Amino acid sequence: MDLHGFGHLLLAGTWITLKLAFTSLFFGLLLGLIGAAAKLSPVRALRWIATTYTTLIRGVPELLLVLIIYFGTTELLLRLFDQYIEISAFAAGVTALSIAFGAYATEVFRSALQEIPKGQRESAMAMGMNRWQTFTRILMPQLWRIAIPGLGNLFLVLLKDTALVSVIGLDDLMRQAYVAAGFTKLPFTFYLAAAFIYLLLTIIFMQVIRLLEMRANRPWQGAR
Amino acid sequence: MNPETHITERPATLEVKDLHKRYGQIEVLKGISLTAQDGDVISIIGSSGSGKSTFLRCLNLLEHPSQGSISLRGETLDLVANAQGELEARKRRQLEMMRARIGFVFQNFNLWPHMTVLENIMLAPVLVKGRSKQASRERALALLEKVGLADKAKSYPGNLSGGQQQRIAIARTLAMDPEVLLFDEPTSALDPELVNEVLGVMQSLAEEGRTMLIVTHEMRFARDVSSQVMFLHQGRVEEFGPPDEVFRHPKSDRCREFLSSHL
Repeated sequence: MDLHGFGHLLLAGTWITLKLAFTSLFFGLLLGLIGAAAKLSPVRALRWIATTYTTLIRGVPELLLVLIIYFGTTELLLRLFDQYIEISAFAAGVTALSIAFGAYATEVFRSALQEIPKGQRESAMAMGMNRWQTFTRILMPQLWRIAIPGLGNLFLVLLKDTALVSVIGLDDLMRQAYVAAGFTKLPFTFYLAAAFIYLLLTIIFMQVIRLLEMRANRPWQGAR
Repeated sequence: MNPETHITERPATLEVKDLHKRYGQIEVLKGISLTAQDGDVISIIGSSGSGKSTFLRCLNLLEHPSQGSISLRGETLDLVANAQGELEARKRRQLEMMRARIGFVFQNFNLWPHMTVLENIMLAPVLVKGRSKQASRERALALLEKVGLADKAKSYPGNLSGGQQQRIAIARTLAMDPEVLLFDEPTSALDPELVNEVLGVMQSLAEEGRTMLIVTHEMRFARDVSSQVMFLHQGRVEEFGPPDEVFRHPKSDRCREFLSSHL
């Protein structure tokens, strides 16, 4: 893949896109789990915080979130410390995408947790398992199985939302395509190449998600 | 020290004193006391809504009592009231350790569907009792043999009948070597033809001399296997005694009515 000498740039951009997507996935899943736990918590303040979080984030375009975090944080730091501190586009992108992913994942995890029968927890606790053991050994694996389809969908959306971070100058696939298109005056070629790579990644991850789903469902194979 | 309180004999396996449970204004348990000695098999009977399942679930704090005390071999569970007036364990660790010594068998089995039968039985002894995987596996296989399901070790619960699942749930509980076994309507979720295989396992446990509390609707089983029968009505103990007395010469009218419609 030479593409007038820009092929390797597109590949480098793809790598950054993948790094961005997976780092955001990691933190987003974490936020989602915490959010779901908070939403189902008996403590009202926690429920309120979680609800505010999901409402606010889901009500704001991701692009705006990226801009607010990148430029807003810089401005905030300037006011606080009276000096210009530049934050990395990657860090800002991960923060924005994680927060967005986490808000949607909160809902996926919450409904998945509610689907697990109460008796599953009770039988673990009745044997003397502590909360952590109950959560990691009994609830998580079942939660995972129920949540995979929903989370998989969110991940596919996230993969393409990474393109938004190109507006703050991160050299991801989108931005590399944009730069190459501008330089060579061949927008059709480069945007099509980028589109092809996004599509290819999506197809690959769809298969991965399908495999994960099958694996998680194995214990239920042939269940009565 | 007062000579009467000087304890020379072994404390009761399980001792419950004056247990109350309120849901808001409604009191579903109105002061229930019970002492189970080693090898006692106590059946708890009564119509639905009498509080028998709630009582059993209070004993290992799956349900929070409002008042009362629970002791296992003389060790009393340290309870403290929360803001809703429910009693909670003061020390979570003590509760976990006591739960590990009290076996609980659920009406709906509650096996963990993502694990094989063998993994279901092995998990808690490894996690909670710190037993080695090897020892836990050997014990699990022996218990599967005992409940007649040695060939199902590698199966997943979803592929088993209700009766098989309940026998495995019993094996899972036994793997913890509990000092007392609580059964919460263990056959109520089963098709009629599967009830006997579970009752058979329970009967053999009773014959081994295990201490058991059984909430049940199986009156014949209660009559034939129990050492004591407790009849609950509207959150109170209406009748308590050996099965011969309770079933043949019930003192309370309510118990007589209940038995005449259930035998």
